[in-house]
Amino acid sequence: MCTYLTEKIRIDGSGKGAQGYFGLTEAMVYVDHPQHAPYEHTVNIDFLNPALGPSARVAVELTEEAALALVDAIRSALAAAPPGLASSGQAAPAAH
Amino acid sequence: MYDALLAETVTVTGHGGDRIEAYSARPMSPGPFGGVVVIHHMPGYDDPTKEITRRFAAEGFAAVCPNLYSREAPGASPDDAAAAARARGGVPDERFLGDAAGTAAYLRGLPSANGKVGVIGYCSGGRQAFLALASLDVQAGVDCYGAFVAGRPPEGFPLQVEPIVHLAKDLHGPLLGLFGAEDSYPSPEHVAELEAELKAQGKPYEFHTYENAGHAFFAVNRPSYRNEAAVDGWSKVLAFFREHL
Repeated sequence: MCTYLTEKIRIDGSGKGAQGYFGLTEAMVYVDHPQHAPYEHTVNIDFLNPALGPSARVAVELTEEAALALVDAIRSALAAAPPGLASSGQAAPAAH
Repeated sequence: MYDALLAETVTVTGHGGDRIEAYSARPMSPGPFGGVVVIHHMPGYDDPTKEITRRFAAEGFAAVCPNLYSREAPGASPDDAAAAARARGGVPDERFLGDAAGTAAYLRGLPSANGKVGVIGYCSGGRQAFLALASLDVQAGVDCYGAFVAGRPPEGFPLQVEPIVHLAKDLHGPLLGLFGAEDSYPSPEHVAELEAELKAQGKPYEFHTYENAGHAFFAVNRPSYRNEAAVDGWSKVLAFFREHL
């Protein structure tokens, strides 16, 4: 079967889909058959806004190595920035 | 020999009277022809499934593939629709049966129909083909590596379906099953459980399990494609439908 455990989380941010940018509210992470990547299984991540319909979706299909490297890269990038700089609780943008 | 086909998107009346999208392919000669309901795989109502539908038409059947995700994602691309359906645990069995019954009725309503209809499904559609053969007025069914006919989805699986092996007693016609020896869902043990139940119920069936093949060996656009299994499988499917439809 084409289905394995799915992790679903609430997220806050934006993504760019076929119709341009839209706000994101959910992400799904699962290991399953990809639609496009040339492997039998990949780590699939869907960035979604279900309120805007099924097409409000940014999809990526990564190998295990790529997915883990992405996790490390995200952690490294955040570690290099002041804590809270990109937090949802950050101060309103200051005028430049 | 006149071999023109007509392939086009049509509308069929599905579960609850809903008008749903479907892909039809049929010979343009008068017939009479048997009908084939094509049930798409879990990744959706996609171009390779439409290609399968056209193949049946080229082989002398009227074939219609209903978009089982029409309601979740009208107008969305097949991969987005499949993601939406996946997030909801797949298609409810009752709704599927309504859509399949509507598709079979559409096929029987064609002027070229011979009155017989078969059903074939792939992946999640394999289970649905078995369900249709047990529940609807169809004459033959083909289950291509359908998971959870026997066996239950493990805890946490997004596909919320129940095993239906107990429905073997209700099958209305012969069942052809095509499986990959390297598949996990269904595993060779799941296939053996289904086979034992068919034997116990005295139901006609023909099973083939291909070595060096896993899940989705018919999927021409995926790495799971296995030439030998797919070519032999197609010949078995066509012979089966020619005999029974």
